[in-house]
Amino acid sequence: MATPSERPRPKPTPETRHFWEGTREGELRLQRCNACERSYFPPRPFCPHCNADDVTVYAASGRGTLYSYVISHRPAPGFTPPYAIAVVETQEGPRLMSNIVDCPQTPEALQLDMAVEVVFQKLDDEITLPLFRPVGARG
Amino acid sequence: MRPGSIAIVGAAETTRMGHIPDASQIQLHADAARNAIRDAGLKPSDIDGYACAGEIPTNVAHYLGLTPKWVDGTYVGGCSFMLHVRHAAAAITAGLCSTVLITHGESGRSRIGLVRPTTQPESYAGQFELPYGPSGPPTLFTVPVLRYMKRYGLTHEQLAMVAVVQREWAARNPRASFRDPITVDDVLNSKMIAYPFRILQCCLVTDGGGALILTSADRAKDFPQKPVYILGTGESTETPMISQMADFTSSRAFRVAGATAFAEAGITHADVDHAMFYDAFAHLPIFGLEDLGFVPRGEAARFIWERNTAPGGKLPVNTNGGGLSYMHSGMYGMYALQESVRQMRGIAPAQVEGAKVSVCHGVGGMFAASGTVIMSNQQP
Repeated sequence: MATPSERPRPKPTPETRHFWEGTREGELRLQRCNACERSYFPPRPFCPHCNADDVTVYAASGRGTLYSYVISHRPAPGFTPPYAIAVVETQEGPRLMSNIVDCPQTPEALQLDMAVEVVFQKLDDEITLPLFRPVGARG
Repeated sequence: MRPGSIAIVGAAETTRMGHIPDASQIQLHADAARNAIRDAGLKPSDIDGYACAGEIPTNVAHYLGLTPKWVDGTYVGGCSFMLHVRHAAAAITAGLCSTVLITHGESGRSRIGLVRPTTQPESYAGQFELPYGPSGPPTLFTVPVLRYMKRYGLTHEQLAMVAVVQREWAARNPRASFRDPITVDDVLNSKMIAYPFRILQCCLVTDGGGALILTSADRAKDFPQKPVYILGTGESTETPMISQMADFTSSRAFRVAGATAFAEAGITHADVDHAMFYDAFAHLPIFGLEDLGFVPRGEAARFIWERNTAPGGKLPVNTNGGGLSYMHSGMYGMYALQESVRQMRGIAPAQVEGAKVSVCHGVGGMFAASGTVIMSNQQP
């Protein structure tokens, strides 16, 4: 559904670098606050829930569920419509936008709350995107 | 601000609306501004406060020949104008200025001098949303809706009904872009844009503008038009990323802005005769009705289906036809405010007989920001 090279390319910042280093190394890295013990995303060097500075970067399980999505029929660089723009709820709590691969891009196949797991798609030497596939799907 | 202490004494849209290929965006600001200044019986030199969104206020103030001593360029998307009204009311109350002009002009369709923000690849959205293929609001603003449908049992037919009802209002408005009646089946058979949304559930793309003039209520009776009093206002923000909205079935920014405005106005929902809910897409009136407390959570779609917001219903909503059928240049909030003012003046094409209180609620970005203005033709 997507041509990796034509996708809009994210540009890491000092605060998000650990996330993109993680995906390059095959890890979905989230942050957790050591004061209130909540996980959060997107990255920042302090807790958005309680404002603590004492936060830890950790490798999440990569497991989650399909929280919501649309199936876009509009043209977009690097994509062949129709394709789903999805939000995944990770097992650790935070949600993130992604695509669902190894799965027909149809309402019948894309069931809310179905179990998904992360797979990594390399765009170039710096950027690898975290995508998700149904648990049990063959890559 | 004391309820009713500030009034809208001038209001106008651009002379034409829809497709205006012979005017640039700044000229749309000027056309609306000059119409509103004329409506209020003023001269540009009477304006001492100025606000706009998107364009830098300096550009438009210079173009119009204004010398403001209070300026607001708050730009949080399509509800920016609701925030301008709130800020202007505070500024006039504080004595910073006496007569505020708020303008909007947008060459959304013809794209002549159109100013639009770009998403930088270093921004949160640039890093964590854009790589997954969204192409504008139709593919992002709509993302929470399947979750809403699953939680509350909202049906495709009910979501289609929002567009059907608004077309009924548009049919009564000679200036509306689309006035031919449509059915639920028409909506569900229209072109798919981003499942579950079809084209008739997405807003128009047009050219146009509007302007408002505010002053203190004690001066308002000296103006030619019937004053429209500001009873209460509210504003808030949540997140620039739809994926990070805390609850996909409810907008925190809506809840905060709405509750703030109601508390300030000191009214209850039973006092409201007319409402505008910024409808870039068909789910927005549903979220608006629930998040502002007009109906319990999960019940707005049935409320609309049972024709409570339709012509003849107990709460007329989006009586100009809304962003789905009237016009939508990109930032629609100004047009919602214009319709509330017309209803309170008693001059709307689809006038709600005897309406005394109007709630005008806007969204900015994609549930990113919100602004609410409650107005009345009666001074409390």
